[in-house]
Amino acid sequence: MAKLPKPEELLQINYNPPPTEDWMDRPVELKQGNFCWGAKGKNLAAVEFPNARDWTPVEADWKLPKDWEGTVLEAMADRLSKYRSFKVFMDICVRCGACADKCHFFIGGGDPKNMPVLRAELMRSVYRKYFTTAGKYLGKLAGARELDLNVLKEWWYYFYQCTECRRCSVFCPYGIDTAEITLMAREFTNLLGLNTDWISGPVANCYMKGNHLGLEPHAIMNSIEGMIDDIETITGIRINPSFNRKGAEILFVTPSGDLFADPGTFTAMGYMMLFHELGIDYTWSTYASEGGNFGFFTSNEMAKRLNAKIYAEAKRLGVKYIIGGECGHMWRVLNQYMDTWNGPADFMEVPKSPITGTVFDNAASTKMIHVTEFTADLIKNNKIKLDPSRNDDLVITYHDSCNTARGMGLLEEPRYIINSVCNKFHEMPDNTIRERTFCCGSGTGLNASENMEIRMRGGYPRANAVKFVRDKHGVNMLANICAIDRATLSASMDYWVPGVRVTGVHELVANALIMTGEKERETNLRGEPLPGKGGNE
Amino acid sequence: MSLKNILSEKKDELLASWFDRILDTYPVETAKFLKNQKDRFANPVGQAIHKGIGDIFQELLQNGDIEKVSGFLDSIIRVRAVQEFSASQAVAFIFFLKSVIRDGLADISLTPELYDELATLESQIDSLALIAFDIFMQCREKLYDIKANEMKNMTYRLLQRANMVTEIKDAEKETNFIAIHKKEVNS
Ligand code: SF4
Ligand code: SF4
Repeated sequence: MAKLPKPEELLQINYNPPPTEDWMDRPVELKQGNFCWGAKGKNLAAVEFPNARDWTPVEADWKLPKDWEGTVLEAMADRLSKYRSFKVFMDICVRCGACADKCHFFIGGGDPKNMPVLRAELMRSVYRKYFTTAGKYLGKLAGARELDLNVLKEWWYYFYQCTECRRCSVFCPYGIDTAEITLMAREFTNLLGLNTDWISGPVANCYMKGNHLGLEPHAIMNSIEGMIDDIETITGIRINPSFNRKGAEILFVTPSGDLFADPGTFTAMGYMMLFHELGIDYTWSTYASEGGNFGFFTSNEMAKRLNAKIYAEAKRLGVKYIIGGECGHMWRVLNQYMDTWNGPADFMEVPKSPITGTVFDNAASTKMIHVTEFTADLIKNNKIKLDPSRNDDLVITYHDSCNTARGMGLLEEPRYIINSVCNKFHEMPDNTIRERTFCCGSGTGLNASENMEIRMRGGYPRANAVKFVRDKHGVNMLANICAIDRATLSASMDYWVPGVRVTGVHELVANALIMTGEKERETNLRGEPLPGKGGNE
Repeated sequence: MSLKNILSEKKDELLASWFDRILDTYPVETAKFLKNQKDRFANPVGQAIHKGIGDIFQELLQNGDIEKVSGFLDSIIRVRAVQEFSASQAVAFIFFLKSVIRDGLADISLTPELYDELATLESQIDSLALIAFDIFMQCREKLYDIKANEMKNMTYRLLQRANMVTEIKDAEKETNFIAIHKKEVNS
């Protein structure tokens, strides 16, 4: 008969072992709440990904192709020769540990294999075995190990617990970017048909229909039509955006999340109200209807294929340049990869604001600017009328999304806009914002529901800083410029910091924007009474 | 001297020992980090536990106000409810306090009065554990709510936007809807 344990004994839980122990030998255990469902065969087949079949991560048999080890090692050799950064990152880590406690998944969850250094070590150990002399001959003594099924499962488990946020890289004296190692791991696992349903579904949709949700043109137009109705109810102004219009000056591309889920829809209403007030010559596209790129969470090649439609559509419509909406990873892709993948976009012109005449030389090559760059420039040049007091019921803080902050240095524009359209703004503590911002905890396609536990753990460091400003300054609104943030921070706030809601920056802009010919506004974009208009104040 | 006074005097030592025992429920490397990183933003888990147990201890010795103590428990349990602990593992740390206190009193000869006080305190700690369990359940239910809401919010809005669900509209909106509908037919 088993004896009842003491509380202390109950707590001897079987965590994964720390790096000082023999972590290599322990088999990985996939725990519910930490991983997403496996990809469906039909979605993999739609984009011609290898080994398309339904698979279930918890089942012992992953239905891998023959000689999968050979496939991975061959791909590894190829990427090592192609990408110098990958090779360098495999070689130069001195295990100083500076990155170890900088990952939100480690900080919030405590699993040592979520320390960036150890996450990378999962792959480095295999690299050493097959690509270094010491590893080949000394094996474990040189920190090397063979690639086997357990290692593969461990890769899959932990490289899909990394949001590629790059926070760790900020603290590494050598600039080693674990996100790049995760990118490689995801490439390799995709060669074996190992992806998640939450990522591969949107990828297939985007490839077939132009956006992650698979919205067809009429659904997109319907969605926008609904927003136009709401705008009319609130402002008395009927706006008429155009779709797929040839000869427009500007193509506008935003993540499809802005079209279907609150609070993103309010941000989309914000863009349209601003563009209407300015009278700029722009068009939506129902084909390039996705700014986001879940392909980026599978492989370089897939990301490139999905991205191609943006330039293709710009060319077809004959626009002069592109404005992109508020999104995070979308901007990492546009800013750092689009030009080399699918450029040069020399059929377009260097973006120039039709209102202020400002030329955006920073986008001289990509021909695509971020909507906050565009709007900050308008405000700087005094081109729009604003009544910040309409946002006076909001006490705001700003979350830097990893990709716009660390990936492209977009730090000042959103803050400048928020401070122009709102009266009450408070920053979170320094070590949680700007380059050192904490991830929302659900990026890179981890924003499914079945992995809610790890999302909440990973989101805790960010939420904890929000809680601090809520308690100290009464913050009740968390602004950001990322569609994934808008969705996932809502969940995170709900759990960790009730009372704080989430908004895009252009929702705040549109609330404050005084439009020509508007009726006296009674409500904000969410249909809630404006400050002083509630009748109960 | 009353038991509470004795415990107050030994507070730092007792809390340090309670903290260490809780950290022992994490892997060695993690425990080191949770203990040594004192910045509350760089180490929210360690600091939440550290502050939480201090507050619980204080409240236990003073008024034992249920509302207050629930708030303090929440700050720790909310974290453990999403870490890789079972329900019993998530709340068992409360019971550690009993052995921490017993060990802390090892060098004191307990009078019958002190024993009585200790018995009362220990049963209060048992109550804490029951409250903790309720909080754990609330956190888990919240998680399921969030999952359900995410799905609902996404699909519902989408269907609504695609005019695939009929809502009961208020009178004004109804007219709007008809007006748009007419326009579609006419255009
Ligand atoms: S990139 Fe972000 S999620 Fe990935 S290991 Fe580094 S800090 Fe963690
Ligand atoms: S900070 Fe850089 S060098 Fe140091 S352990 Fe991390 S990756 Fe290696």
